Amino acid sequence: MAKVMGEIIIDIERCKGCELCFDACPKEAIQLSDTINSKGYQFAIKVNDLCNGCASCALVCPDAVITVYRKVDKTKRPVKVIEIED
Amino acid sequence: MSERTYVDIEAELTDQPINFDEDICLAENVVYIKPQTLIDVPMHYCPGCGHSTAHKILMEVVDEMGIQEEIIGVAPVGCSVFAYHYMNVDMQEAAHGRACAVATGIKRIMPEKYVFTYQGDGDLAAIGTAETVHAANRGENILVVFINNGIYGMTSGQMAPTTLPGMVTTTSPYGRDVKTQGYPLYISNLLANLPGVAYVSRHSVHTPNNVRKAKKSIAKALEYQKQGLGFCMVEIVTNCPSNWKMTPKQSNQFVEEKMIPFYPLGDIKVPEGK
Ligand SMILES: Cc1ncc(C[n+]2csc(CCOP(=O)(O)OP(=O)(O)O)c2C)c(N)n1
Ligand code: SF4
Ligand code: SF4
Ligand code: SF4
Ligand SMILES: [Mg+2]
Repeated sequence: MAKVMGEIIIDIERCKGCELCFDACPKEAIQLSDTINSKGYQFAIKVNDLCNGCASCALVCPDAVITVYRKVDKTKRPVKVIEIED
Repeated sequence: MSERTYVDIEAELTDQPINFDEDICLAENVVYIKPQTLIDVPMHYCPGCGHSTAHKILMEVVDEMGIQEEIIGVAPVGCSVFAYHYMNVDMQEAAHGRACAVATGIKRIMPEKYVFTYQGDGDLAAIGTAETVHAANRGENILVVFINNGIYGMTSGQMAPTTLPGMVTTTSPYGRDVKTQGYPLYISNLLANLPGVAYVSRHSVHTPNNVRKAKKSIAKALEYQKQGLGFCMVEIVTNCPSNWKMTPKQSNQFVEEKMIPFYPLGDIKVPEGK
């Protein structure tokens, strides 16, 4: 299988820390920050590198502050060798 | 594709290690980005409020159908009274509950445009019941996006016609007693019985899958409008964390466990042969 790599960028100034993206993420890649943004909200941050770019977090984010990227690394696709007998 | 640039300021503001992969964050790899038609300003809605999610998917549909110039919206009175600050399409504000009547006028003058209203449950199913029912009964060729959060959000949480039995609000402090306060109004099901109504579908936006379905339904309804099939309504059962006195997560759980069993999701009426 090709390797799927994902990445998210969170616009932390617009994040309201509602935490709805946390539960949506199958990889538990998002948590709440220790610090606050200029509006006084703790915001969402990425906490691991497991993201596969499924975009679930972005779909449920009410304020559309998450941008999701996905890259499929085709070079990792295993090659199946078929031997032809004659 | 968006021209916006993104700065990785997270690393500066937190102690958390942020591994930000520049090879992946390229324009060609974008799978989700804020819709262009949603104006790039912070929305005034409370954290986790379904109004924001509904705005977002509505504008995604407008973007994907490429109809920004061909669609006109009517904003309600309620928390979403400022919808026109966020939706970058032509919009008209209506008096409380009168959005369907205003939309009727707009659509009749400009039948070539797509016309939608965006209304809360207090707006659509309380003060505006007459306008809603008669627009539906006339078969006006408009889309109504109906945000059912079971409460008057803007005015700090009074009981709405859609409030669940037993639900505590500021005007039903002991819980809604159906004996004295009446039963919740299934307005979508009521409208579905009218011959002028082409499409009625109920959705939610509390999980990724439900967001996808709700968005598809809005796109379908606009497609039906283009074909001139008649009145279409997409109800979105959603939350009001602030007035339900819950965290956003708890409120979504309430949607799942209490609201959806009462207001089952899915198509209520579809046009013949669709
Ligand atoms: C004629 C009139 N009557 C009453 C009000 C007060 N009012 C403003 S918003 C609202 C209810 C809104 O509830 P809903 O439509 O459910 O919107 P939500 O805020 O829940 O999204 C009321 C009663 C008003 N603005 N105008
Ligand atoms: S894109 Fe998917 S895996 Fe990546 S953070 Fe969002 S929900 Fe998690
Ligand atoms: S869902 Fe959006 S606004 Fe809410 S915490 Fe996540 S990124 Fe922030
Ligand atoms: S009061 Fe309720 S409906 Fe209004 S913005 Fe806040 S959470 Fe949303
Ligand atoms: Mg309401």
